[in-house]
Amino acid sequence: MKIMNLLQFILISAFAFLAVFGEAVFTGVRHLLGAQVDLLPVLMVYAALKADIATVALLAVFGGLWFDALSANPLGVTILPLFAVGFVILSQREFILHKLSFAQVVLGAVASAVVPALTVLLLLTGGGQPLLGWGSLWQWLVMTAGGAAATPIIFALFEWCHHALGYQPRTETSFRPDREIHRGRK
Amino acid sequence: MFKQKNYLALGAVILVALLIFSLPPRATGRLKLAIGSLFLPLIGLASTAQQLPVAAADAVLSRRELLQLTENLRRENDQLKVLSRQAAATFRENDQFRALLERQRQVPWKLKFANVVMRDPANWWRTVEIDLGSRDGITNNLPVLTADGLVGRVSSVGLTRSQVVLLGDPNCKASALVENAAHDTGVISAGGPLDNSLVELTYLSGSAHLKPGQSVITSGLGDIFPKGIPIGQVVDSRPVEFGLYTEARVKLNVNLGALEQVWVLLK
Repeated sequence: MKIMNLLQFILISAFAFLAVFGEAVFTGVRHLLGAQVDLLPVLMVYAALKADIATVALLAVFGGLWFDALSANPLGVTILPLFAVGFVILSQREFILHKLSFAQVVLGAVASAVVPALTVLLLLTGGGQPLLGWGSLWQWLVMTAGGAAATPIIFALFEWCHHALGYQPRTETSFRPDREIHRGRK
Repeated sequence: MFKQKNYLALGAVILVALLIFSLPPRATGRLKLAIGSLFLPLIGLASTAQQLPVAAADAVLSRRELLQLTENLRRENDQLKVLSRQAAATFRENDQFRALLERQRQVPWKLKFANVVMRDPANWWRTVEIDLGSRDGITNNLPVLTADGLVGRVSSVGLTRSQVVLLGDPNCKASALVENAAHDTGVISAGGPLDNSLVELTYLSGSAHLKPGQSVITSGLGDIFPKGIPIGQVVDSRPVEFGLYTEARVKLNVNLGALEQVWVLLK
């Protein structure tokens, strides 16, 4: 893994760890809107667009395990939904205008809607009894909208971190010494 | 080559997920607790950060206000001591009567104080984590309550922390009794995903006549929750399955959304 890729992986993993912890500790959004916004799908969108497949796979595994460890989910149930979203985005990323905020918002919304839906589907398939009802639709909407709103912010934050911590590309100068015009006699 | 790498990663992730799913429940539980313990340093930091505003508020309280508060607490403490002595006397008397009637003796409750340190990040479960574990004598299925009433039961135990499944979660059912003339009994089951103050009281008999405001307490059936822990009040009731049985909505006494400290009832 190249140094820049490693730095990116460390940043994404650290943010995922803090995001999962924050979701378990800070309940302001849950009190206000009735649902907790999950930032892991948003991070997966960023990783799938900006990092390599190894980062996407490791984020899915570690992020999923961290989330499930703090939740009543069976361990590992969040890994596959996260990776599915990351894998699809990664395989299509050449066709996505990921620098556009609108594209980031749409991708964040889709990922934030798909990951919980797939997770609940897996839970139901495995015989689990999650707390579902008409109110779950509202929670799903809040998660989707929250994820959509958070995506451009996460992109901007990571770009800033990348800029602050990474190597900057060497600026090429147009000055060429071999074509310098020397005035006067030598 | 790039695509091959992608499919290798896909295979690896599926393999890891299948490996974790195929682990025996006990190993999965241990792995879950081990991964969860990675968050322990952050829990300490977060609780310190949460206490800072309280400490700051305490620091700016005037001496006069503090003295007033201490005096009020002293009075309340004295009053509670008297009530406690009276309750102990009643308890002894009750024990003597029970012995005369050859009924099983009531064991006094042994409570252990715990702080709520985390909530379930998933929206489809209703659980919290407390800062007591197996080293504090906590085991599975112990009832958890506050001064206002029942909160839930311990669902999994680690060395230093435990998970508590709250009332209203589909995995926390409690046998309940309505304090009316007929003493109707039913089962407290899941509530809605949005409002965590309401739960359903199901499997009440079709002839049950419930009125809003009637108190609901634990019935003691089911061997997890002892009899007499307050749960909440009946909000409304309706006949279901063509009047075969009755269901009621119960407003919980405890505000589950604002839980900070709880008591674990040891056996």
